[in-house]
Amino acid sequence: MEKNYEALYDIVVIGGGSAGLAAAISSYDSGIKNVLLLEKEAYLGGILNQCVHNGFGLHTFKEELTGPEYAERFIDELKKRDIEVRLEATVLEITKDKEIEYSDTLGYHKIKAKAIICACGCSERTRGQIRTPGDRCSGVMTAGLAQRYLNVEGYLVGKKVFILGSGDIGLIMARRMTLEGAKVLGVAELMPYSNGLNRNIVQCLNDFNIPLYLSHTVKRIIGKNRLEKIVICEVDDKLNFVPRTDKEFEVDTLLLSVGLIPYNPLLEKIGVAMHPKTRGPLVDSDYQTSIPGIFACGNGLHVHDLVDFVTNESKKVGECAAKYVLENGFDASKVLTVTPLNGIGYILPGKVYLKDEGTIKFNFRVNKPFKDVSIIAKLNGEEIKRTKKPYLLPAEMVEYILDMKLLKEGELTLEVSND
Amino acid sequence: MTKLICIVCPKGCHLEVDDNLNVTGNSCKRGEVYGKNEVTNPTRTITSTVILKNSCYTRLPVKTSLPVPKSMIFDVMAEINKIEVSAPVSCGDILLKNVLSTGSDIVACKSIK
Ligand SMILES: Cc1cc2nc3c(=O)[nH]c(=O)nc-3n(C[C@H](O)[C@H](O)[C@H](O)COP(=O)(O)OP(=O)(O)OC[C@H]3O[C@@H](n4cnc5c(N)ncnc54)[C@H](O)[C@@H]3O)c2cc1C
Ligand code: SF4
Repeated sequence: MEKNYEALYDIVVIGGGSAGLAAAISSYDSGIKNVLLLEKEAYLGGILNQCVHNGFGLHTFKEELTGPEYAERFIDELKKRDIEVRLEATVLEITKDKEIEYSDTLGYHKIKAKAIICACGCSERTRGQIRTPGDRCSGVMTAGLAQRYLNVEGYLVGKKVFILGSGDIGLIMARRMTLEGAKVLGVAELMPYSNGLNRNIVQCLNDFNIPLYLSHTVKRIIGKNRLEKIVICEVDDKLNFVPRTDKEFEVDTLLLSVGLIPYNPLLEKIGVAMHPKTRGPLVDSDYQTSIPGIFACGNGLHVHDLVDFVTNESKKVGECAAKYVLENGFDASKVLTVTPLNGIGYILPGKVYLKDEGTIKFNFRVNKPFKDVSIIAKLNGEEIKRTKKPYLLPAEMVEYILDMKLLKEGELTLEVSND
Repeated sequence: MTKLICIVCPKGCHLEVDDNLNVTGNSCKRGEVYGKNEVTNPTRTITSTVILKNSCYTRLPVKTSLPVPKSMIFDVMAEINKIEVSAPVSCGDILLKNVLSTGSDIVACKSIK
């Protein structure tokens, strides 16, 4: 058969953020010498480039780095290896046969891979997705976009700011804009608890006396061309507006920090099965999606709060993809399905191919805060492990490790119990 | 007795510091150091960006090499905003030494060729 592509690679990594960098490096270190990394921007590092605050790499490097510093360490590692990198190369389409179409400054290309690792990151939920009522004026944007304007382009998007949603990006932008001379009047959070890390509440809000309104939301957005005013109000436990609790703020900017969603148009288009909760692809214990040889990692798989977790996961994914290429597929004879029960929002992976040795690492999030509880793992209804936890927060992803020796075919469930 | 949340790592332990500077509630040594400092002389690392010339990028990310007193955050920001750098620059380069006599330098957080 005539080949209709330019080149065949063992592994192609799509996306050069922290996930793609770690996956490319570990694929190479696992014995694959024919690795290509495609990145649509003119630089590597992804979202880390705009995260100029510190707090990265505590686990990996035992020191607190800023986003760009963390990225640079991995870019330097990548450059020590013979890994091919194409910048300004946007992947347009992939196929089930692992053909990849991309365009770069030289034009259109079609290549083929034995395995693809998708590391395309996430996107922010926008105003449309949360349906805030009111005028369609300018001055309403996502916190991550404002972060990019300020930290990459040096442009402060507003002077009087309110923030909807207590996610970490919103909290970090509250501090960042305050430092640059803007007045941040408050942060409203729909839930009775914050979605951001405690440390960010302390060092981004409390340090600058910025009030956090829990169980509050933005009820109206008012402005002709530019935003002029917002009205917030309290919500009850069913999330309905509480009458006569309105508060008005005169602001020119409303930042939305209401959640991140894995960004996977390439995978969705070819019918990869998606996880209803994480909104990323369903993967098995080798991080393989429902299409053999197509892998996913980083924020494109599920949203991580810590870059260290992204790095660890992606390193593992690089190893799995390398193994897939070197061994022409996986042994999928013994299967365990994994189900979240009481208190647990989601668990990854949802399917485990059992091996005789080693351990398997799960990631999960709880769906509300807990204190002094146990996590119980049950295999086909029988308890196999109980772990005490002083606290569990939805904002913090939990890593949970089980020994393969404890597992056999069937169903594994995880639940939170009050003992 | 002061109640604090440790900000040294994402775990965010709930600390209590008594009048004799005894710290409880920390899960590690760094939390103890933080608790003591926070009631005697609270400090913060500042991160920001400065003007970058001679490059396709317009801003260079920077940070204070050491935490500076919390009360001086805005003064240090004013100094950071006066800095202009020309590429090339290497990650870790000192752009301003001993800012406002705090003992902390303003350093580059990214290499630009
Ligand atoms: C705003 C923000 C603040 C954060 N703050 C912290 C923090 O304080 N501490 C911490 O530890 N973690 C933090 N995190 C988490 C952590 O930094 C991220 O989870 C991690 O860096 C994500 O890496 P990634 O590679 O999955 O995604 P990204 O960095 O988003 O990388 C995805 C890359 O894929 C590229 N791409 C996408 N589509 C295509 C395509 N079709 N073709 C080619 N390339 C493509 C993109 O250009 C991008 O470079 C933060 C995350 C965000 C979003
Ligand atoms: S006490 Fe230690 S573990 Fe707890 S938040 Fe502080 S640094 Fe982290």
